[in-house]
Amino acid sequence: MKILVCITNVPDTTSKITFTDNDTRLNKNGVQFIIGPYDDYALARGVELKEQTGGTLTVLHVGEADAEPQIRKALAIGADDAIRVNAEPLDSYFTAVQIANIARQENYDLILMGRESIDYNSGVVHGLVAEMLGISSYSPVMKLDTSGNTVTIAREIDGGKEILTANLPLVLGCQEPIAEWKIPNMRGIMTARTKPLKVVEPVSVEEMTEPQHYSLPAPKGACKMIPASEAGTLIRLLQTEAKVL
Amino acid sequence: MSVLIYIELDNGSIKKTSLETVAYGAKVAAQTGGQAIVLAIGKSHSDELEKAGDFGAEKVLHASDEKLSHENSMAYADILVQAAESTQSKIIILPKSGLGDAMAARAAAKLKAGIVSGVTALPETEGGFQVTRSIFTGKAFSTVEIKSDIKILVVKKNAIELDESSVGTVKATVETFSPQLRDADFQATVVEVEKASGEVSLTEAQVIVSGGRGMKGPENWQPLVDLANALGAATGCSKPVSDLDWRPHHEHIGQTGIKVAPNLYIACGISGAIQHLAGVNGSKCIVVINKDPEAPFFKAADYGIVGDVFEILPKLTEAAKAIK
Ligand SMILES: Cc1cc2nc3c(=O)[nH]c(=O)nc-3n(C[C@H](O)[C@H](O)[C@H](O)COP(=O)(O)OP(=O)(O)OC[C@H]3O[C@@H](n4cnc5c(N)ncnc54)[C@H](O)[C@@H]3O)c2cc1C
Ligand SMILES: Nc1ncnc2c1ncn2[C@@H]1O[C@H](COP(=O)(O)O)[C@@H](O)[C@H]1O
Repeated sequence: MKILVCITNVPDTTSKITFTDNDTRLNKNGVQFIIGPYDDYALARGVELKEQTGGTLTVLHVGEADAEPQIRKALAIGADDAIRVNAEPLDSYFTAVQIANIARQENYDLILMGRESIDYNSGVVHGLVAEMLGISSYSPVMKLDTSGNTVTIAREIDGGKEILTANLPLVLGCQEPIAEWKIPNMRGIMTARTKPLKVVEPVSVEEMTEPQHYSLPAPKGACKMIPASEAGTLIRLLQTEAKVL
Repeated sequence: MSVLIYIELDNGSIKKTSLETVAYGAKVAAQTGGQAIVLAIGKSHSDELEKAGDFGAEKVLHASDEKLSHENSMAYADILVQAAESTQSKIIILPKSGLGDAMAARAAAKLKAGIVSGVTALPETEGGFQVTRSIFTGKAFSTVEIKSDIKILVVKKNAIELDESSVGTVKATVETFSPQLRDADFQATVVEVEKASGEVSLTEAQVIVSGGRGMKGPENWQPLVDLANALGAATGCSKPVSDLDWRPHHEHIGQTGIKVAPNLYIACGISGAIQHLAGVNGSKCIVVINKDPEAPFFKAADYGIVGDVFEILPKLTEAAKAIK
C-alpha cells in the first residue's frame, strides 16, 4: 500500500501565542514547534499499516524550511521519504491545491491527515483535497483497518460513532485512539538523516483569502469566589447575575 | 444575490446551533441586500422547517431521500452545490461541526470558493468582505479578507446572540428540493451506528457538568449526574477520565476531544490544563470547583468554589432543584 501522511508544523499546545509586526505575524520567538498532535496519530497509524502491508509511506508538509526538524522526526518515526512544498500555508484552499497536486502525480492508496491543524483549526483540508482528487474522505476517524482494497473505519459522529467500510483510495482525518503516538528510537534518528527530503516549489493558485491581522481575546475578568459553605448561592448568581440558567 | 444557509437536523428537528446559523445567515443577507435561503437535508416536516422563519429565513429548501439517512458529506456537499447554483447564492454559510466542515470543504473545491472555518462574528462588508475566525484553539483570532467571488463561511457556536423575541411569528416557505444524487457518493457501507440515545449531546448542550480525575473513580459519578439532571445539562469529562475508561470516549472534552461552547460549563475536580481549556474556552460562563485554590482552572473561571466536590455537588443539586 502506498501511503501519504500530511503533517503540519505548529506551536506546542502549551505555547503562549503573541504577534509581531503590527499584529500581522506570529511571534515565533521562544515558541516550541511540533508535528500537529492529530497528524502524529495519522503518522503512527500510517507507519503500522505500512509495516503490516509491506507498503511505502511518504510525509508531506506545505511550509517553510524551519519545519525540517519536524519532518526529520516523522522520518525517524518510520516514513520512507518526505516532500516539502516550499510556501507559507496561509489559506486552506492554497494548501489543499499543493497537496492534491503532489497526490495526483503519485496515486497514493491512502492519504492520512489529522482531524484538524491546531494552528488554524479548520478541519477542511482533507475534504478539499479529496474533492480535488475526486475521491471520498472521512473525519474524524478513530479506528482504521485495511484488508486488500477495503478499509473499515470507525468515525466519531455527534454523540456516538459510526462504523463503515469503503474502498481505496481515500483521504482520512485521524484522531485518537487510532494508534499510540510513536517516539523515534536511536536507529530511527540515525537513518532519518539520510532519508530523502525533496523540496518542491508551489504551483500557483488564485488568491482566495488574504490575512489582514491577528488579535488576542480580551483578558478574562476576575473569578468570583464563593465560600464552600454557601455553595448553594452559586445557582442563584448563575440565574440572576450571569443569566446562564 | 441570496445567502444559502445549511442547517443540521436531529431526528427531524432543527438543531439549536443551526438556528444560530440561520440568524447569522439572515444578518449577512440583510447586510449584503439578499434573500436568506435555508437548505435542510434529511427527514423532517414542514411545520418544523418553517421555524427557520423565526430567525430571518425566507425560504427553506428541503431535500429528503432514503439514501440520505446517514451523514454523508460527499452527497450532502453535492446537494449544497446544486442548491447554491439553483438559488444563485454567492455566500454559503454552515454551522461548525464535523459534517459542516466536510461539506464546506468539498463545496469550496467544487465551486472554487474561498473558505473560512471557525468564524466568530458577523463579517465586515463595507468595502470588501472581512471575517474574523478563532485560531490556535481559541487562543487568538485572525481577520481575513475573502476575495473569491463565491464565499463559504463555517460559523462557530455563539458567533451571534440568538434573539428569540420573534419566535412563532414568521413562517418560512418550505419547498421540496430534488437534487441529483451520484452513485459515486454512496460507495461506502454503513455497518453500524452507535449513538447514545436520550442524552443531551455535548455540542448542542446549553449547560455541561464535567468531571476530572478529582472525581476519584467511575463509582463516584452519581452526584455529578444528579446535578446535570437537575440542570438539564449534558455530562463531560477530562481526557485522563476517558483514558481510564471511567467515562465513554465521546464525553472527553479538550484539545484532542470535543470542543464545546455552552452557556455554562461546570468543572468538577479538573485542574484546568491548557489542553482541557482549549475545548471549553468558547463557553459563556465557567464555574470551577476544586479543592486546590492554586488550580490553574480558576484563572479561566467566572465563578469558583474551593472545596471538596463531594460536599459541594449535593448542595448545588439541591439549590438547582429549588429553582426549577
Ligand atoms: C497533546 C496533549 C493533548 C491533550 N488533550 C487533552 C484533552 O483534550 N482534554 C483534556 O482534558 N486533557 C488533555 N490532555 C491532558 C492534560 O494535559 C491534563 O493532563 C488533563 O486535562 C488533566 O486532567 P484532570 O484535570 O482531570 O486531572 P488532574 O490534573 O489530575 O487534576 C485533578 C484535579 O482535581 C482536584 N481534586 C482532587 N480531588 C478533589 C476533590 N475531592 N474535590 C475537588 N477537587 C479535587 C485536584 O486539585 C486537581 O486540580 C492532553 C495532553 C497532551 C500532552
Ligand atoms: N501546511 C500543511 N502541510 C501539510 N498538511 C497540512 C497542512 N495544513 C493542513 N494539513 C493537513 O490537513 C489536516 C487538517 O488541517 P486544517 O484543515 O488546517 O485543520 C491537518 O491535520 C494536516 O494533516
